[in-house]
Amino acid sequence: MSITTPLFQHHKHCDDIFADAESACGNGDWEAGGKLFALLQSQLEAHFSSEEELLFPAFEAATGMTSGPTEVMRGEHRQMRDLLGQMSSGLAERDGDAFSGAAETLLILMQQHNMKEENILYPMCDNALGASDLGDNLAQRLKAS
Amino acid sequence: MHPNLSFDQAPPISVPYRFFLTAPWFGMLAGLLLAWSGGDGLGSRWTPEVLALTHLAGAGFMLQAMSGALFQFIPVAVGGNVWRPRLVANVIHPLLVLAALLLVAGLLFSNPALLSAAVPVFLLGAGGLVAAVALALWRTPATGMTLWSMRMAIGGLAITVLLGSLLADALARGLNLPLIDLTNVHLAWALGGWALMLLAGVSYHVVPMFQLTRPYPLWFARGFGPLLLLLLCAWSSRLLLDDDRWTTPIALPLLLLFSAYAVMTLWLQYTRRRKVDDATSLYFRVAMVSLLGFAVSGAAVRLYPPFGDDPRAIVWLGVLVFVGVFVSATAGMMYKITPFLNWLHLQRLGAPISAVPNMKKMIPADDMTGQLRLHVLALLLLLAAVWLPTLARLAGFAFAVSCAWLAWNLIGAARRYRMFTDQIRAVALHP
Repeated sequence: MSITTPLFQHHKHCDDIFADAESACGNGDWEAGGKLFALLQSQLEAHFSSEEELLFPAFEAATGMTSGPTEVMRGEHRQMRDLLGQMSSGLAERDGDAFSGAAETLLILMQQHNMKEENILYPMCDNALGASDLGDNLAQRLKAS
Repeated sequence: MHPNLSFDQAPPISVPYRFFLTAPWFGMLAGLLLAWSGGDGLGSRWTPEVLALTHLAGAGFMLQAMSGALFQFIPVAVGGNVWRPRLVANVIHPLLVLAALLLVAGLLFSNPALLSAAVPVFLLGAGGLVAAVALALWRTPATGMTLWSMRMAIGGLAITVLLGSLLADALARGLNLPLIDLTNVHLAWALGGWALMLLAGVSYHVVPMFQLTRPYPLWFARGFGPLLLLLLCAWSSRLLLDDDRWTTPIALPLLLLFSAYAVMTLWLQYTRRRKVDDATSLYFRVAMVSLLGFAVSGAAVRLYPPFGDDPRAIVWLGVLVFVGVFVSATAGMMYKITPFLNWLHLQRLGAPISAVPNMKKMIPADDMTGQLRLHVLALLLLLAAVWLPTLARLAGFAFAVSCAWLAWNLIGAARRYRMFTDQIRAVALHP
């Protein structure tokens, strides 16, 4: 198991929660959708912070690349947090169009973000940090969320 | 270090959009040509009308849409940098448009001068595209089957264009070449080696991404591209061997492979986590059902002579694959990529993200699904018109209108991009 495997698996976990939350809200079940959305938001936040506080600093220290891929990823985390905020507003106002429009945008942004991480950044991290115990720390942190 | 690694979603929005906004016009021209010629224009694959229609779809619509998607997809999916994308697009976009128009006019009017003129323009335009894309695809440090599929696809495009140029030159100058065999090989590389190879490679990413399906199984993704390449090479051996006994034993596995991709994609969509359907997912389903229809009909052409001997059977296959598979799949892709690119580039203007309209505000969902319905109707009419020539004009007209509607929807997205840009800049200047 590589050090980024827990993050890779957590992407799939977040995808599943997203699909359930979107489906519930799309069917007008705002109560169940609200609970699922809260779970999605907390899981994504745990994922972003694990990367920003553990993985990215370790990668930057090991490679000296501080203004490259990790900076782009941090920027996309900010965008996703904002879109989660828009979904939250849509949910609070029971505004299906606002919720689904923000959800659609989040989904594509999130998927292409994950794609770049899984195909490019994570393999780079595994190469640069392969000998560290970072993987266990990431797994524990995501499990605790 | 990875000096070639692109982590940005470059290129500038104008690069993919010029290709996306051009593609539907070729479809519209194809529809109008059929509506104008009517009668028995679809009677055989060798009529000037069908040759022109084929190239309006393949060298026009598909090549434009797929070029735009390549420029956009390479940095995001495989971390590659196309060298100076705006400059490359500025050069190759007009060349490809001009080349396609010259070629179509040359085929339609059986005019050697136009065919001869098309060849160097095509070689320059497509050669430039192949060189720029191949360089980006070979220098990226990324790995994976999408990357390999794209590499094979760009090789397939190169072979398609070289064979096509040879054919056009042979037609123009009356060279003594095995034109039918060359055409069959050219077509196989165009549809299989370029278009389907690219579609499959892109599918490995976008089908799971847009629909939250499970990924394509690794054995499938690893096997599909190389097997397709192998079978295409075997298919091309007809140029050297001149032995028709091998046609069916090579064609059937090839068609089986197409079916495997279609069934796998439909199965992944059927078992997906995300239950929301939209124009893109429906378009993809139309494309995969058409591909299955193509494979079954193709097998029937080889195995059931009363059907295969009818010259209309090959035109039927052509409608299924060009309009049913590739126009559908590329239109569906553009409906997803365009709203996202609008959003992505708008939020880069520096406004708070809450000020940037979400993806669903870029093209009204009802317009996309309405256009999709008309496209399916046009496809059914075109299929019927192959056997009932009286329907040809109506089918052509329906296809022209559906492509015009596609153009209208995409132009609407580009207009909204400009409008929202102005709004965001106005707020930034006068907060």
